[in-house]
Amino acid sequence: MSSVWPVLEPILPLVSKPARYIGGEDGAQVPEHGPGRVAWLLAYPDTYEIGLPNQGLQILYEILNERPDAVAERTYAPWTDLEERMRAEGVPLFSVDTHRPAADFDVLAFNLSAELTYTNLVGMIDLAGAPVRAADRAIDDLLVGAGGHCTYNPEPIAAFLDFVVLGDGEEVAGEISAALAGWKAARVAGDPVTRHDALTALAGVTGVYVPALYQPVTDAEGRLVATRPIDPAAPELVEKRTVADLGQWPYPRQQLVPLTEVVHDRLNVEVFRGCTRGCRFCQAGMITRPVRERPAEQVRTMVAEGLRRTGYDEVALTSLSTADFSGVEDVVGAIVRSGERPAPADEGEGQGPGSSLDCGAGLGGPGAGLASDISVSLPSLRVDAFTVGIAAEIQRARRTGLTFAPEGGTWRMRQVINKLISDDDLYGAVESAYSQGWRRMKLYFLVGLPTETDEDTLGIATLARNVVEIGRRHHKNPSVTVSVGGFVPKPFTPFQWFGQNTRQELERKVGLLRDALRRDRGVQLKWHDPRATTVEGIMSRGDRRLAAVIEDVWRHGGTFQEWSEHFDLQLWLDALERQGLTVEELAYRHRTEDEALPWDHLSAGLHKDFLWQDWRDALAEVGLEDCRWTPCYDCGACTGYGIEHVVASAVPPAGGSQGTGPSPAAVPVALGRRPVPAGAG
Amino acid sequence: MRLRVRFSKLGKVRFTSHRDVARIWERALRRASLPVARTEGFSPRPKLHFGLALSTGYESLAEYLDVDLVEGTIVDLAVLPEALTAALPGGLAATAVATVPPGTPSLQHAVTSSRWEVEVHDLDLATVTARTEALLAAPELVTTRQRKGKDVSDDVRPHLLHLQPQAHPAEGVLLVAELGAQNRGLRPSELVALLGDGAREGRVRRTHQFTEHDGTRCEPLPAPHALERAS
Repeated sequence: MSSVWPVLEPILPLVSKPARYIGGEDGAQVPEHGPGRVAWLLAYPDTYEIGLPNQGLQILYEILNERPDAVAERTYAPWTDLEERMRAEGVPLFSVDTHRPAADFDVLAFNLSAELTYTNLVGMIDLAGAPVRAADRAIDDLLVGAGGHCTYNPEPIAAFLDFVVLGDGEEVAGEISAALAGWKAARVAGDPVTRHDALTALAGVTGVYVPALYQPVTDAEGRLVATRPIDPAAPELVEKRTVADLGQWPYPRQQLVPLTEVVHDRLNVEVFRGCTRGCRFCQAGMITRPVRERPAEQVRTMVAEGLRRTGYDEVALTSLSTADFSGVEDVVGAIVRSGERPAPADEGEGQGPGSSLDCGAGLGGPGAGLASDISVSLPSLRVDAFTVGIAAEIQRARRTGLTFAPEGGTWRMRQVINKLISDDDLYGAVESAYSQGWRRMKLYFLVGLPTETDEDTLGIATLARNVVEIGRRHHKNPSVTVSVGGFVPKPFTPFQWFGQNTRQELERKVGLLRDALRRDRGVQLKWHDPRATTVEGIMSRGDRRLAAVIEDVWRHGGTFQEWSEHFDLQLWLDALERQGLTVEELAYRHRTEDEALPWDHLSAGLHKDFLWQDWRDALAEVGLEDCRWTPCYDCGACTGYGIEHVVASAVPPAGGSQGTGPSPAAVPVALGRRPVPAGAG
Repeated sequence: MRLRVRFSKLGKVRFTSHRDVARIWERALRRASLPVARTEGFSPRPKLHFGLALSTGYESLAEYLDVDLVEGTIVDLAVLPEALTAALPGGLAATAVATVPPGTPSLQHAVTSSRWEVEVHDLDLATVTARTEALLAAPELVTTRQRKGKDVSDDVRPHLLHLQPQAHPAEGVLLVAELGAQNRGLRPSELVALLGDGAREGRVRRTHQFTEHDGTRCEPLPAPHALERAS
């Protein structure tokens, strides 16, 4: 076994945060490599702190290492100081598990969840010692693959990748191992196999897209007509993979516990996958359909065993909208109670009798003396009072801040994006939160949404102001943080045809809000850099011509573009110009119904006519209810694959206009075209 | 009840920071199911009291941690080192545990010096010997160091308690150094810088921490072999 450790060790004292490179986490594996086993190096193209908690990567790491025909180790992007020294000393990309050089593996597989990491992907392939372009790789070079949400439009990075995986990885990772195991054995034995043999074997696995086996066809003006297979092994349409029953995959079983601080440093248990709220801007909600809940009993077991094994005192129940999990109150209640211990008699002295309103002094929140040792976090909450009730159940002590995401500033805007939260839902939620002791609210919004007017943008300021007003009834200095992101249209959403707002327009809208909120004490405005949003927009719906741009930016030193201290718009603009491409064409223009899209040869299960109709409905400000509890709109995600929702509760959760609510008729949702649920009309 | 734990930090895990080690201990104590007392108030924290910070990258045979347990807890001290080591990641090991009586000064205040083994590269033994002798012969050694972002000049000579260069079995020189810990003390990296041109720091390992008690010098907890003899 080879290891770069002897060369790496003397370098580590010279770089920042060296604990990122040592491995040794609880849950880390030391797999036995061999000629009969396909060796995967699972890569996250950002720092260890960002990449380690990635659940997708951890799930594949375990599943592959359980197989007799595969082994898997992990790697993350070395920070710039280490990369510089690695290149100077000739140290290649290595695994953190055994410090093997990348070239000892067969497959380098990336998890891609953000467009701005694409230059890091190129840099890591290069550091691994493989040619950055797939076409230049030889028989012994790594097979480079990618999965994750970004791969629903892999065309900008297609030139760098040998294969791309669409959808859930649990089953397909094993099938890929099986497809490559025979090829590897033959190669190691010296049999006459080619790299093309490996590619055709991969193309035979459902859910796997091999870019080299497809060719974009363009018309006389250079416009894309279609992307067509050029090899009999390649299917016309590559379908995504969907795990039908999450209960069969209780992974990760041994979540990695890092030795150094990372983001989301806690136990994570995925309670369901998929979301059918139908928010039209949300790619995750479109491509991960249908909803598949994990059995509540399995959630409880995974939480209890995970906490015991890891020593964490915090667990996050993850999903795209955790308050929608059937019986969520019972599950969180059980976790909180399991973590409680009786308060010794002398504790809690000096506390009041626990009035839930009396927490203005900052010390001793309600029930502090009885505080659970375990805290539960619920990312991605709905905006309603019901949700705040759950939060109150689990956050008895540390009531500092709550986050809501109305996304749009006016009801009209929220109908367009199908995020059917009324102003009253939001005000009810914050009233409930302030009255129960929370003092800081965080509100997330998007600007640059389709049909957005300045009235919609300024509606954000009005909502924030009113939230502060509500807070003043309960506290002296309530604070509201408004986070504004520029909207980036994504493939396989109804907004995939929408022309993204220009950088200047996004900057203008942020400016409007800054001016409007300048005098409002209590409201802090934060915004995502419109320059970064612009580059994300170029990648999001770009085509194969962008590979040259990405490579150019990387060759000019543009790595870690997710990091504001490294992001450099000029590198991108210069590279686009050198390639004769414009932001206008790639991101700003509206696309037409008959236009071929760069991802048309891939499928997330959604019918294109469903998405187009939803886009028309959006422009007509027509909302669409959640299909998990109402008749089917035939989006294609279930019917096309012969699967269905796995939801324990037959009725939606109470509260707010997103659930059935006490009086759904009170909310003026215009329901259009498709079957209208009984009682809602 | 307060427990004092002596632990070692060796190998790859030496690249974790002092803060990292604190978080690792919090998790390890929960994994070992020790009922650690918690602070009261808005955001309760486990009551752990760490000794002198060890720089990231240095190894140690003599790190210390005090842990307050919930009153009335009964623990079997004999099995505790093994149980804690099992709950710690590889490279960290609890080597001794004892109860400390109420009123015992905190580790931060009690420890007056540490003994180090410092690998010095790129200089030969004769040179290092000559330079350490010169340092010890100097009446004062005023050096400029950074403190809270500002340059501060200190006489660090009082912190040089003992310096013993010896041939290193593998490479360069092994300098055994006892350095003062109070009033900012002197770090091994600063000692290597004092050795002057050409000196390069190799691996560094803390082997002992010392407290003064009625004029005699002792360790906050005896080394494991001494403990075994006593029991």
